[in-house]
Amino acid sequence: MSSSEEEIYQEHVLDHYEDPYHRGRLDQPTHHHKDDNPLCGDVVELDLAIDSDGKIAQAYFDGEGCCISQAAASMLIEKIDGGHVDAVKDFTAKDMLELFGPKLTPNRQKCCLLSWRVLQSAIYAPCDGDREGKSPAEKPRSSQESL
Amino acid sequence: MGESTGRADPESDPQTQQLDPSQWRSDFPILAKKIHEQPLVYLDNAATTQKPRQVLAAMDELYETKYANVHRGIHVLSEESTDLFEAARNTVCRLIGNVAREEVIFTRGTTEAINLVARSWGDQNVVEGDEILLTEMEHHANIVPWQQLAARKGASIRWLPITDDGHLALDDLDALLSSRTKLMAVTAVSNVLGTINPIEQIVACAHAANVPVLVDAAQSVPHAKIDVTRWDADFVAFGGHKMLGPTGIGVLYGKRSLLESMPPFNGGGGMIRRVRKEGFEPADLPDKFEAGTPPFVEAVGLAAAIDYLHKVGLSSIADYEHQLAARAIETLSAIDGVHIFGPPAADRAGIVSFQIEGVHAHDVAQILDRFGIAVRAGHHCAMPLHLRLGLTATARASFYFYNTLEEVEALARAIEETQKVFRKNSRSAKKVRQK
Repeated sequence: MSSSEEEIYQEHVLDHYEDPYHRGRLDQPTHHHKDDNPLCGDVVELDLAIDSDGKIAQAYFDGEGCCISQAAASMLIEKIDGGHVDAVKDFTAKDMLELFGPKLTPNRQKCCLLSWRVLQSAIYAPCDGDREGKSPAEKPRSSQESL
Repeated sequence: MGESTGRADPESDPQTQQLDPSQWRSDFPILAKKIHEQPLVYLDNAATTQKPRQVLAAMDELYETKYANVHRGIHVLSEESTDLFEAARNTVCRLIGNVAREEVIFTRGTTEAINLVARSWGDQNVVEGDEILLTEMEHHANIVPWQQLAARKGASIRWLPITDDGHLALDDLDALLSSRTKLMAVTAVSNVLGTINPIEQIVACAHAANVPVLVDAAQSVPHAKIDVTRWDADFVAFGGHKMLGPTGIGVLYGKRSLLESMPPFNGGGGMIRRVRKEGFEPADLPDKFEAGTPPFVEAVGLAAAIDYLHKVGLSSIADYEHQLAARAIETLSAIDGVHIFGPPAADRAGIVSFQIEGVHAHDVAQILDRFGIAVRAGHHCAMPLHLRLGLTATARASFYFYNTLEEVEALARAIEETQKVFRKNSRSAKKVRQK
């Protein structure tokens, strides 16, 4: 293995992959969103409990996929849990890649950014009492993705 | 023009003999490359193959000394280019079983060849309520054009299932061939499982039900000696870049009676006999389906690739790749936590898809790359097959004759290293993360 190349599978990444932060579902989320990366089949869904002040009281994720997508989701949830939705809105894709750490090629950046994309949608996707997939902001999937 | 001179014996392949890759590797400049300071181990041949100098030289020579547009000019260069282009067609005719030049259409690739049939033959013959029979192991290139055709016509797609061990469920074939079946489209070799399908038997069944058959031979023609007339296939599609040739060139073989009855696909120059304000009259075969300036330099590159493959020997290639696949299956399945998909080695070509327990295929490919090993990860353009297998992604090692048994061993060692990266108890004691 080349030493000049930064190791993606660092201890810190593998820790999040194998021992993730808040992997699971909330019984009563106020916000929920789920999306996938059709190229590789990575899936991430987020449950958020956002209070009336806009504070994210609880955040959980679930999903399956490669190490990068799942470790990134764990890091992101850890970062935003207890924070404010305004901070989420200000959290850019670039911030997400920095949070992850190791430098990624464009294809693997998509894996890293999946949970970030899901989060950016989730804060605009209040649950309608019905928990699964009915939230009004659940975006229709593009024709390419629905293949 | 286009008459073949010195028609070579189709059996001109050297007698099947043990292939020695070291005899050929030096013709492929890229195989000497280092990736992450490791020797390149290129195991992504089902996606595309590397090119020998001879192929590149044939194209360079045409560009440098004989290049002008084909079929148009009266001048020397145009005639030289045209002669080379038509000689390339004759080389293809001989490769696939001494078929007539009217039956060999140059396309931009396998995908365009299948789309040509779906648009031209399909639009002419398929009506509402008809069925098109596919198999669960098709590449998207042999699925989507038929889904588009079915949507245009109100037809439906039916699927020949696969068995759990990765064969086609041929026992179900007769029941799926109904009076409404207009066409069956099937791959000769699965690009994921490596399964070699019994095309002759399938075509015979389909023909007994008066159903014509299109064979996707993209993974077959580059690796074995095939004869489309023995298959008795009605259409056969394959591409150049998976058989040492350049990108942008492919072949559609069609039985002449069918091609004659079909309307042109693309319209433009080259495919017409004459054009008036009121309309046009199409050219004869094969020009009828070759609108615009054809990829004639690429066709000449493909012919050089075919010449090279004859030199290596297609029967020897098939035998040798079978040995590589058998060794890969043996070595990889001996590793705890590695699962291999597809039929036993005896029934497959040089394609081995696998999963490592607990490691996503993209992570596998990423870590193998660090060892200089190039494999494919994902659904390999066969999403319905992966759904059938209950998988989202697999890693795939696919071989060509320039691969070595040592490279198979290198793959096995790198897979073990990959497992170490992800195996909790083999890593240092975990630190507790601070929130």
